[in-house]
Amino acid sequence: MPTTQLEVENLHLWRAERHVLRAVSFRLAAGQCLKVTGVNGAGKTTLLRAVAGLAYAEEGTVRWCGQDVRRDLRTFHAAMIYLGHEPALKADLTARENLRYWIGTRNRFAESELDAALARTGANSIADRPVRTLSAGQRRRAALAGVILSGAPLWLLDEPATNLDTAGQALVGSLIAEHVGRGGLVMAVVHHELPGLVTATQLELAA
Amino acid sequence: MSTPAISDLSPPLLAPGTTRARSTAAAWLALRRDLKLAFRKPAQLVQPLAFFALVTLIFPLAISPELSQLRQVAPGALWAGALLASLLALEFLFRDDAQDGTLEQYVLSGQSLTALIFAKTCAHWLLTGVPLALVTPAAALALGATLDSVPGVLAAVVLGTVTLSLLGAIGAALTLNLKRSSALLSLLTLPLALPVLIFGARAVQQAIAGGSYLAPLEFLAALAVLSVTLAPLAAAAAVRISLE
Repeated sequence: MPTTQLEVENLHLWRAERHVLRAVSFRLAAGQCLKVTGVNGAGKTTLLRAVAGLAYAEEGTVRWCGQDVRRDLRTFHAAMIYLGHEPALKADLTARENLRYWIGTRNRFAESELDAALARTGANSIADRPVRTLSAGQRRRAALAGVILSGAPLWLLDEPATNLDTAGQALVGSLIAEHVGRGGLVMAVVHHELPGLVTATQLELAA
Repeated sequence: MSTPAISDLSPPLLAPGTTRARSTAAAWLALRRDLKLAFRKPAQLVQPLAFFALVTLIFPLAISPELSQLRQVAPGALWAGALLASLLALEFLFRDDAQDGTLEQYVLSGQSLTALIFAKTCAHWLLTGVPLALVTPAAALALGATLDSVPGVLAAVVLGTVTLSLLGAIGAALTLNLKRSSALLSLLTLPLALPVLIFGARAVQQAIAGGSYLAPLEFLAALAVLSVTLAPLAAAAAVRISLE
């Protein structure tokens, strides 16, 4: 019986002559968090992008709820939210406008939900300022509000705590813990220990 | 063994209370976002227009201020200017979105990428093609065309720029992750745009001469329909490849 889970089996990916991903396999079920670690250049971001369907893996399968995601990428994408190195925010729009457009192309939400998400990540005071005037940490908080607002069960996060202060890092930890507690799935690339992330399973990529 | 309930077979893909946005709503949002961004940065809009005005101004200086002579080169001058101006504007189509990760999020939005790319191209046409079409009759008048030719000139440029924007979207998507891509972008797009140039110049020529410009206009319309149908598919595929 298919359940909400992400299964990655025997993933291989080459970048020119370099064999970046070598037989990566893991399973992530509802209510679990996977912490991807490894030295720089070990292929953590590549793995995340391959799972998201942004990079093409030469071999191996990614299954969501028992279905190969290549067969129906759009259904899979609707169920996941990806936060990369760069928070996908437009410098000339305010944080609030950014979320309205970015998340609005994915799912419907009420203005009150947008406010709640911004408040949860401590970005409500800066929500109406153009993103170009925000610091890197403030941008990260605004992007995290988008992740909450998407309502997607699967979160793919690439170093979610980058540029954040100590309180911000604790916030990321508790956001992930909350999401996992609700039965969500989180796959996160992390360099440092995140408070609240101690229960995660770890996947160490060798260089 | 009892048969599993339907809810077990298809687990909820979104958190309770979350509904997916409709494809049309998503495309509409993408269009509005680009329009809003453009009006926050108007300099980018003026650039191709100023370029077009300059090109058409150069012809009287280079050839002769004699109106009868200018009238003969007007169709060629107008279309060469329009083609180059729309090439100039193409660079902005995907570049910023690719750099800040917006394009990636479009791919991952769970919506039809073709629809989103089509919406972006529509916005691009509204922001560059339409202003260009509005300026062209003025440029044509300055090159000695009569007032009677204005509807024909306007129709030709409106239809022609639709095709140019859509063809350009394919080229812009293919050259996304190349540095200094503008030369390659021109090399890719210009040959494809030649039919537009030929029929567009013919329509303008006929309009200025006072003849019937319907036949070349119909060819321009056919090209526009063809590119509306096929170009977004090709551009979306090119975007996917470029993001790899």
